[in-house]
Order: sequence, then C-alpha cells, then structure tokens
Amino acid sequence: MLLNIRTIIFAAALLLFCWSCYRRFRFLMLGKGENRFNDAGKRIWGVIYYAFGQRCTVNHGYRFGWNHLVLFWSFIILLIANTEFLLEGLFPDYVSFSMLPVSIYVIIEIASVLALLAVCFAMVRRLAFPPSYMEARSRDAFIILGLIALLMVAFFGLHASEIANGSETASYMPVSKFVASTFFLQVQTASLGGYIKAFWWLHAIVLLVFLNYLPYSKHMHILTGIPNVFFKSLTKVNTQPREEFKKGNVFGVGQINLFTWKDLMDSYSCTECGRCSDMCPATNTGKSLNPRLVIHDIKVNLLKNGPVIQNKGAPVMPLIGAGGEGSVSHEVLWACTTCGACMEVCPVSIEHVPKIVDMRRNLVEMNAKVPDELLPFFESMEQRSNPWGIVPADRIKWAADINVKPFETGKTEYLFYVGCFGAFDARSRRVSLAISKILDAGGISWGTLGKDELCCGDSMRRLGNEFVFDRMTKDNIKTFKDKGVKKIITQCPHCYNTLKNDYRQYDMELEVVHHTELINKLIKSGKLTVNVNEADLGKVAFHDSCYLGRYNGIYNAPREVIASVTGHAPAEMERCLDKSFCCGAGGGRMWMEESEGTRINAARVEEALKKDPRTVCVCCPYCMTMFEDGLKSIKADDKVQVLDVAEIVSRGLK
Amino acid sequence: MLVIACVKQVPDTTQVRVDPVTGTLIREGVPFIINPYDTHALEEGLRLKEKYGFRVAVISMGPPNTEVTLKKAIALGADEAVLLSDRAFGGADTLATSQVLSEAIRKLGQKEEVAIVVCGRQTIDGDTAQVGPGIATRLGYSQLTLVDRIESVDLKAKKIWVRRRLEGRHEIVEATLPAMIAVVKEINSLRYPTVPMRLMAEDSKATLWDNKIMGLNENTIGLKGSATQVRKIFSPQRASGEIIGDGIKDPKGASRLLIERLIEKRALCI
Repeated sequence: MLLNIRTIIFAAALLLFCWSCYRRFRFLMLGKGENRFNDAGKRIWGVIYYAFGQRCTVNHGYRFGWNHLVLFWSFIILLIANTEFLLEGLFPDYVSFSMLPVSIYVIIEIASVLALLAVCFAMVRRLAFPPSYMEARSRDAFIILGLIALLMVAFFGLHASEIANGSETASYMPVSKFVASTFFLQVQTASLGGYIKAFWWLHAIVLLVFLNYLPYSKHMHILTGIPNVFFKSLTKVNTQPREEFKKGNVFGVGQINLFTWKDLMDSYSCTECGRCSDMCPATNTGKSLNPRLVIHDIKVNLLKNGPVIQNKGAPVMPLIGAGGEGSVSHEVLWACTTCGACMEVCPVSIEHVPKIVDMRRNLVEMNAKVPDELLPFFESMEQRSNPWGIVPADRIKWAADINVKPFETGKTEYLFYVGCFGAFDARSRRVSLAISKILDAGGISWGTLGKDELCCGDSMRRLGNEFVFDRMTKDNIKTFKDKGVKKIITQCPHCYNTLKNDYRQYDMELEVVHHTELINKLIKSGKLTVNVNEADLGKVAFHDSCYLGRYNGIYNAPREVIASVTGHAPAEMERCLDKSFCCGAGGGRMWMEESEGTRINAARVEEALKKDPRTVCVCCPYCMTMFEDGLKSIKADDKVQVLDVAEIVSRGLK
Repeated sequence: MLVIACVKQVPDTTQVRVDPVTGTLIREGVPFIINPYDTHALEEGLRLKEKYGFRVAVISMGPPNTEVTLKKAIALGADEAVLLSDRAFGGADTLATSQVLSEAIRKLGQKEEVAIVVCGRQTIDGDTAQVGPGIATRLGYSQLTLVDRIESVDLKAKKIWVRRRLEGRHEIVEATLPAMIAVVKEINSLRYPTVPMRLMAEDSKATLWDNKIMGLNENTIGLKGSATQVRKIFSPQRASGEIIGDGIKDPKGASRLLIERLIEKRALCI
C-alpha cells in the first residue's frame, strides 16, 4: 500500500514538473524564428567552456563565483544520485539505490558536503555582506538555498541512520559514517527504522518540491542556463539584425511575441545574479535602466501575456509602457549606451543590447516616439548625413591647410574614412590631422572621399532608426563600390564597427582597420620612428573604447603603441579591458540629454584621476569629447590632458 | 471640413552660394527642403485634424520634383496632396503665387468646405511673408498672421480664437471661419514620420494640377502676372573682421583685449 502511495506521489510530482516545463516551453514558441542550430561543434564547445567551465561565473573578479562553480559541479554529480532516487521512488520494485557502484558514494558524499557548505556560504553572504548589484535577500533565493540545504541534511540523515541500522555499508560513506557515530549511536536499533523512513520521505518531499518550484522561480536557470549557452551567438554581439522595409511589416519589438524565441529563452535563463547591473554605466550613475530588470520584465511580460497570445488574444500588459514590473519604460530604453558590458559578464550569455535596440526600433519606427532632442538629430542625419546638420561641403575643411589626395580608383590603397567627428568637430579635426601626418610618414597610399563622404549611420542604428540607417548604408555602399574601395582606415571605433560588422549584412566585405591597429603595425614593421617627449605626456592612463574593445576585441593595439612610443605600458584604470566602463556617449547617447542621475563621464573621469595621470589617452572621438567635458566639469582640465593615440604618436614624428 | 496647409519647396539656403562673378545663385548640388516655417504649418494642420476631425490637404506650387516634399507631407499624415505645376506658373512673385494658390483652394473648396488655410509665416528663400496674406485677401478669409497658438475652434459658430505673437506682447484674436493663419515656428514641435506611413507615402501620388486644369488667365500668373521682377542678386560685401589676441595660447589675455575693444567701440560700457 505504502509503495503504491509512494509511486503515485512521485508520478504526480514528476508529471506536474513536466507539465510546468512544457507550459513554459510553449511560450518560447510564441517568439519569432531564428536559426541558432548551426555549427553544433562550436556550440558544444561553448557549453563545455562557458557552462561546465563556468567561465563567466568565476571571471571578471567575481570571486564569489567560485562558490557557484562548486555548487554547479556538486549538482551535476548529485544529479546521478537524485535521478536514481526518483527512479527508485517511481519503480520501487525494479530500481534500488544499491544499483550504483559503491565507490561512487565517496564522490556523492563529497559533493553533498560541498553543496551544503556552498549553500551555507551563500546564505551567510546574502545576510551578512549583501552585494549592492542584486536583490540579495529575496525570498526566492532563501527558499531555494533552504531547500538545497534541507536536501543535503536529509541525504546524510538517511544514510547515517541506515549505517547505524547496519543496512548500509559504511566503507564508502565517510561523512554519513561520521554523522551516524555522532547522532545515531544512542538511538535504539528498533527506532532506527522510523528514522530511515522519516529521512527518506524528507528527502523525497524536498526533492519533489524543489523540482516543482524551479520552473516558477528565478532558479529556472538550472533548466535553461545550459541550453541558453548552447544557443548563444557564435560571434560577438556587435551588430543588429536587419529589417525588411516592406509594406505591412511590423518594425521593432513592441509586443512580447515579436522577440525571437532565443530572446524569450534569455529571459528564462536570467538568474538575477546582477553582474550586468554591476557593470552597467547607466545603473551605476542612477539611471532607471537596469539590464537585469529589463530581462526580468520581459519574462514577467511573457508569463502574463503568453496564455492570452496563445489563444490569439491581444496582450493584456504592454511591453513598452510606464514601467512597473513586466513593462519597460521609455526612459529605460533611451538610457542604454549599448556599451555591451552587460553581455560581456553575463554567465548565461544573455544578449541584452539587441533587445533594447529592438524596442527602441518600435518607438522610433512604429510610434515615432522619441526624446525631443533626437528629432533635429534625425533630420540632420537624413538631410545632410551628419549629426549637426552642417553643410556637407564643409567636410573638407579639416584639411584646409594640408594636401589631402582624393581616393582614386585602382591607384589609392586605403580610404581614410574621416568620419563626422574627424571632419567637423574642432577637437577631433586635430586627431584627423595627426592621423594624416602618420599615414604620410608611414608611406601609406591613402585618400579621402572629401565632401562626398557620408555618415556611417552608427548612431541611427543604435537609436533604433533602422529605416534611415538602411538608406544611409545603401548610399555608402554604392559610393564604396563605385570608387572601388576595399580597404578603409577609420578614426572612430563606431565607424569601424559599422563599416566592418553592420555593412557585412549588406554583402559588403571591407577590410577595415582602426588607426591604432595600423599605427601599431607601422611601428612594429619599423616604418615609423617615433621620439616622444615624455615630460610632455607624464603618466599616461588608457581608456578603452567599448566599440573597439568589447565590440571588436581590439585591446592590445593601442596599448602596444603607447608602450612602444613612451617606453612604459599605460596605467590601467580599475575597470579596464573587457570590464571597461563606458564614457557615456555610445548608442546615440552622444546626442541626448543626460538629465537622470549623475553623469557617466564624470564617474569615468573620477576613476581615471585615481591613477593620477597627466594624460588620459583615448582612441575614439566620443570618448575624447566625454573626457574633455568631464574634466572641465570638475575643473581638472588644466592638470590633465586628453589625447588620442594618434596625437601622441604624431608629436613624436620628426 | 478641410484644413489646407500650403507648403513650398525651397533650396536649402544655408547651402546656397552666390557666384561672385555672375551674381547668380549656384544651385548645383544644393538640396531642396520643405520651407521650415511651412513644416510647422503642416504640423498645426495635422494637430487640428487630430483634435477636430478635419481632413488635411497639402498644396504646393513648384516644379515637378516638389512631389518629394508632398510625399513627405503624406508620410506625416496629410490626407491629400495637390501639386500645382506648369511652366506657365514659373517665375512668379508673391502676387502671382497667391493667385494660383487661392484659385486652387477655391477649387478644393468646391468638393469640401474649407475651414482653415495654414501657411508658414514666410519662406526662407523669398522672406516676404506676403503669400499667406495674399491668399486671405483674394479669398476674403479672415487673416491671422504670426500665430503661435490656436486657442480653440468652434465649428458650429464658425469661430476661431488664436494667439498672435507680437513684439513684447501677445494678443488673442477672435475671427470668423474660414480663416487663413500664418504660423511662427514656436507654435508647435514637429512630429517624426513612422515607417509604415513612409512606406505608404512612397507609393502615393500627388494630384497634379497644371494650367489646363486650373484654366487661369496667363496674364495673372507666372512671370507675366508678377508685379515685381528680380533685376540682380548680389551678396553684400562685409568688411572683414579681425582676430584679437591668441585665444588658444592665452584665452584670458584675448578676452581682456576683446572686452577693451568692445568698450572702445562703445558696444559695452562699464
């Protein structure tokens, strides 16, 4: 009779679990299609490296990630024991616990102890030293940690009482043996049977509750995390999917089922660890954007609207709206600098930025709802292909005093794509001049498009104005094809990324080099001789551009240039390389007011000043502007200068 | 009930240069834009549509390529576009332009009652601010210029109240419909076209009315119907300025010199 009840409870609990998972899984199918099944080998390797290797969990200075690594591996091992336990519960006559080879118990015992310790550590940490970037004391977290701890207690209780009873051999169970000798020595043999039963049922109930709680909690990542890593983008997430501008199409994402299934799966996989919030320049300066909450809102929205949409109904909760749980507000969407730090640190490879840009697209393209200051910007870009609406003929003014050759088909090797900042902005014009001096000194065959150069469209794309970006791109590609341009040097990392990665979607493969890469190559090959006056530079601190570093993996070129011309590696800020902190200007933020919270550039400048530099070295015109403004705002611009890598090099040219 | 917005396609004057030798405009490569004031007239028309349920027609007189401008108006939400284009309309001054436009408005009014004609206060190429008032006079409409806010419209009583922006003061004016209002830029902030509307507008066509359709007396339109003629265009010579001090190396010194010079020239006093 008891066995029957046991089987019924186990079967019911497991069926409930499967049904919950199935319901959640069906909601994913509401999303748009996207092929994430290609290149299985690479994907499997990704799972081994990122999931089983816990690459992102322990990386980036999150030392507590080691605790997760221990818990993760304990779980994997205990999965064997618990699967066995579930089978035994379901088919008591056919499967028994003793089916496993005895030696495996040593491993299971160690895993259980480690899991118990890890869970205790996690609880203590959440209670005593809660990190600011996550909701450390959430009920959800303590329920799960408590269940795991209880599961381990039941495990040891069960085996210890069995050892005391003599029904289990103690030779492979050192911990249980210890528990048995400590707690069960005084217990009468007759009552041991009751203990065994009680611990067995405790173990069973906790395990079944845990299983059924999973799909309804943030710990669903236990189920979706590894698949999510399998389906991760195989390349860096440095571009946006194209849109097809056909009548009747819907543009951007304004409703949950317009996301792809992978976007929705991302939301299931978030474990709310808060690493993204910890890195986010907007969250760090008091903006309403918190990448973790964006993903959480998408999940809440999906769970709320999923059943309605399945029945062909209209969503009951807006995806983009006034905010509140389940809706993402306009302010949140416009606050993103698209710096990509959130995606870099996410342990389960969630892609935050494309979702934010997709929702921006909905605001711009379907609803024309944009912050007021963007309207003149959009007009200027569309009418005059530059951010300020300056007369296109003025594009050549930066080179008024030097002799710049036009790019000639078949004769010129490199097109120097000056970019809007390089051509119009007074400060960046000096960088353009420095680059041209270096190119001449290095014997490079180069030319420009003069007044025919158009804006690359980066900000338009990141701001969600894909329609105008699409036109600008096609115009640019036509120019490149007409002129036979194949190799391009850019001053701006944003031009670099757009020409290289965005234009590839238009079947335009260009060999794009950033000026820092080219300068590095020229120095290494001995084509440039540079004698820099060190007194003039003082201590140099280097700031990574997000679009060069995180977006394109170029971290070394600018550092090597600085090291080779100054003789010292540059001073590194606390947050550098792939953990670098954005200047605040990416993603179209350059063209918007920053009225919420404190200023991102001020935060970054303060961080730089901790290194006490005389020179802050940048390699992007946006960073240049943000740093100079930030230094001025705290009246430090007379003590610290901001220079582009190219300017440092050109000063040392004979 | 119809609101008609009058728009003009103009060369982007900030990009126009005058050939110093011939004294003519160098128009090559200069893009055409909607006269900026007219974009606010159209926007006000669209706001009236949203508030009172008018239909919005947009009309323009100009060369055939003006259709681009009219399509943009459709993308923004205009219901109908009429292009008045004929060689005979060419070379018109404000007198002849307002003749063609007012006749076109009259013609549109035959199908549907016209309540309000909205114009920009002036164009950036001619800068006369005469065409709007010209239309009002010819049609006998109430004439409301320099409007920076439409207070309200009462369609039953056929009344409109607007605020006019005058120097140092505002005045609120009541007028009878139909009325012509010429708006200043401050009246509204512009909207941005949605992509579905843009795609729809790309396939749309403006109704073309040439003089065969309009049937106007050739002596009242175009160059012949113009009371004024352009004799010469030239850019006035300006005495070149001077650079005071070295603003890059010594900004404080340069500012001091500048202030001294301004005091000397009595542009500043202490």
